[in-house]
Amino acid sequence: MPDLSLNGVRIDDTFAEAFDMAATGVIITAPTAKWAEIAAKTMTGFATSVIACGCEAGIDKILSPEETPDGRPGVRALIFGFDGAGLEVQLRNRVGQCVLTSPGSACYSGLDTDKRLKLGATLRFFGDGHQISKKLGKTRYWRVPVMDGEFTVEHDTGLMEGTIGGGNVLILGRSFDEVLVAAEAAVEAASTVEGVILPFPGGIVRSGSKVGSKYPAMIASTNDTFSPVLRGNPNSNLDPDTGAVLELVMDGLTFDAVKESMRRAVHAACELGPGRGIQRISAGNYGGNLGRHHFHLRDLI
Amino acid sequence: MAALTFTLKATPPERLDLSALVPARLTGLSAAEIAALAIGSTRSGVTLGDMFDIAGDDPTEIRITGHERLDNVGRGLTGGTIAVDGDVGIYAGRAMKAGTVTVSGSVKGPYLGTAMTGGAIRVAGDAADAVGGAVPGAMHGQAGGLIVVGGSVGDYAGDRMRRGVLVVKGYVGDAAGVRMVGGTIVARALGTRAGLGMKRGTLIGKTVADLEPTFVPTGTYDFPFLALLRRYLETEAPGTGALVPQKNPRRYRGDMAALGKGEIIVD
Repeated sequence: MPDLSLNGVRIDDTFAEAFDMAATGVIITAPTAKWAEIAAKTMTGFATSVIACGCEAGIDKILSPEETPDGRPGVRALIFGFDGAGLEVQLRNRVGQCVLTSPGSACYSGLDTDKRLKLGATLRFFGDGHQISKKLGKTRYWRVPVMDGEFTVEHDTGLMEGTIGGGNVLILGRSFDEVLVAAEAAVEAASTVEGVILPFPGGIVRSGSKVGSKYPAMIASTNDTFSPVLRGNPNSNLDPDTGAVLELVMDGLTFDAVKESMRRAVHAACELGPGRGIQRISAGNYGGNLGRHHFHLRDLI
Repeated sequence: MAALTFTLKATPPERLDLSALVPARLTGLSAAEIAALAIGSTRSGVTLGDMFDIAGDDPTEIRITGHERLDNVGRGLTGGTIAVDGDVGIYAGRAMKAGTVTVSGSVKGPYLGTAMTGGAIRVAGDAADAVGGAVPGAMHGQAGGLIVVGGSVGDYAGDRMRRGVLVVKGYVGDAAGVRMVGGTIVARALGTRAGLGMKRGTLIGKTVADLEPTFVPTGTYDFPFLALLRRYLETEAPGTGALVPQKNPRRYRGDMAALGKGEIIVD
């Protein structure tokens, strides 16, 4: 079988293994783009992995005033979880603690689907009886009195099932500095796809994991095959001159969105080429039996 | 299928009850059966066929020649459209749940859209008293949907209104939104006694005449609700979004003699 490569960068003939998830989204607006982003970043903080954080969340896109319901600057954040019930709890806690509290904010439905999750339906109770319901057409809004005026929040938001979590790309290179440059470029390219978030810090994971551990209590542990300091292990998957590996993880509303996001990430990283220290692209999987969705790197070239 | 069209033959000799002219009542009836429907209000036994030339066969799209003696137009409507070319009388669109009633003339009788829960009523001209209000003894007036009046309306608009939106491009008479428990009324100008006894709900106008002393100023109001309302109105009734104040309108809460959760927002 001929080796795969892109711009001189070797592409492993492997696949990323991804899982079915449930997703919801909210549009957060504020008087300024700065405060909309602060509210959204706070709300999507500590939301990298659904196992430990309860959900995976991130900013999907920045919205101009023309694109938001109330004509103010905004962002759309997507939240991925196991199921609707879990997402509802996440919405209540995260929007309640991070958006409701943020100066001048308002929060609206970010997904237009038939299945709905409670949003203002629970947050309205903060109003202690002073909250005001306003139904315009089919949409119900809640106006909750707060110390800077009014928190406006839509009654519910959409739930989308059959969305995909766990698309990933591994970037292998000569040195940490060079791989980080490539990973940053890949995150920027991958983020341009609508309906995709990269939930890890700056979109990048440095501690890729494998399933299981020598310690019985741990369900996941370090991905030793890709750790440069573990070269020499029989299972090491690194070349002698590979100095660092960084991973991108993407969750998306559709298979095609995740695939396109991975494609843009791979191309952006490979564009730097071996001359800038980028040697190889790989992907993480669990043998193909755990996740229903497989993204083969050979399809992305 | 062509719109089911009722063309008035002559001035009605008595008030006519057109509550039968809704899709739910007409679907499945033959032309002869429709023509035989009794619509009179006296012992004369006037039928549809006596008063109207009937054409077309699509009961979900009804067209009627208007006259101020036509009562109950679109009453209890549950879907489809009714377009009136001219005026209508009392109880138009009363208790309708869905669909659209449009009136190219004016509503000459009171109680337009009373107890409606959904759908839309659009009137090009004026409307009389108690638009979206409550009939005597009723607990609630308009309880959903949208009423748009191009001209002005009489007194007691939105009396005991519960939900929905009432938009008046012109002037609203006295006692608008009295005893309101919810919903939104938007107008160019509100008359005296606006919102008297209201528990909840919103009155919005460029001006209000003689605000009741039981309304308390809460300062200027510049929050997203007004933008949401403006956008909703522009979508549903283009040109009416401008009725919503743009810059730092004043907000009064009241009626403090009642529950005090209502508001009047004035430019």
